[in-house]
Amino acid sequence: MPQLPNNLISTREMTSENQFEPEIIAFSCHYCAYAAADLAGIMRLQYPTNIKLIKLPCSGTVDILHILNAFEQGADGVFVAGCLRGGCHFVEGNNRAERRIERAKDILDKVGLGKDRLEMFFMSSSEGPRFAEVAREMTDRIRKLGPSPIRGV
Amino acid sequence: MIVAKQKDLEVIVGMLQGYERILVLGCGTCTAICLTGGDREVGILASSLRLADKVSGKNRLLKEHTVERQCEWEFLDEINDQVKEVDAILSLGCGVGVQAISERFPDIPVLPGLDTLFMGMPQEESVWVERCSGCGNCILDKTAGICPVTRCTKGLLNGPCGGTNNGKCEVDPEKDCAWTLIYQRLEKQGKLELFDEYHPPRNFQAVVRPGRFTIK
Repeated sequence: MPQLPNNLISTREMTSENQFEPEIIAFSCHYCAYAAADLAGIMRLQYPTNIKLIKLPCSGTVDILHILNAFEQGADGVFVAGCLRGGCHFVEGNNRAERRIERAKDILDKVGLGKDRLEMFFMSSSEGPRFAEVAREMTDRIRKLGPSPIRGV
Repeated sequence: MIVAKQKDLEVIVGMLQGYERILVLGCGTCTAICLTGGDREVGILASSLRLADKVSGKNRLLKEHTVERQCEWEFLDEINDQVKEVDAILSLGCGVGVQAISERFPDIPVLPGLDTLFMGMPQEESVWVERCSGCGNCILDKTAGICPVTRCTKGLLNGPCGGTNNGKCEVDPEKDCAWTLIYQRLEKQGKLELFDEYHPPRNFQAVVRPGRFTIK
């Protein structure tokens, strides 16, 4: 199984108001979310810079191990973005990803990190504004939850 | 193959209390196939335990390894060195695996990470079903390859009973009536005369526990 790079998370930077800046890993499907992020850029849409994109050939290739590994490295939040239901390029990939996310959320709850730090989103490649909205939504959510207890502030 | 399910994470965390260096040991045979004890599950469990440790401020050593088969000592030789570095082994093999490791390394506590369920086969994605009870007295030649000892909820050798209901079992309407299945398959094979055969009570002494088998 392909491994995540081990330098995923950078050193924490604090804002001038001493507010913590969340680091969020976004596993994005090549056929939808990654293209939507691209479109958001082309449309000059503003979204928080807290998102780090990892391109996947399909959201179905994401493994629970990748998600746990991102949290182990200190990510404050993780989201997986796949194609709209019924619109997966590989037919079933996004449904498989969704089931894995459910299990990963259960694990996160049990280890004490909380399931809210992980989410699955569905979007199409033409939804640039939706990607920007998801990025804002996730950043706001993680900011409210606070820094990951794994890394602290 | 042997089918097993993983214990709850809370139970495993509780079991590992007091141990500082742990080897999470997977089995690459049955439990790898039923997605509870192979290389990937070892990674997920070790990662979950590391996260739980970090959240609670602990810093334990969690090593990961998967052997081809836990139930044969030959395959356990490769962990000789790793075992010297740990004070407990968490096995993701079946109950046989746990006992084989414990017999091979009697000085180290070996803890079960799985609950062993039954001998069975995969039916569809993520579903495994029981097919054999290991009763030591196989009558599958008479029952069209469907085991009534295992698949009939009551384990009847002369069925069906009065509780068969449109091919389902009275004990659990979700379950198929094994004796209806046997009748239908014998009919398809043109061997319905086998259905009239009387089976005397089962020999419960065919395998005396604990079982032992020697090839002569």
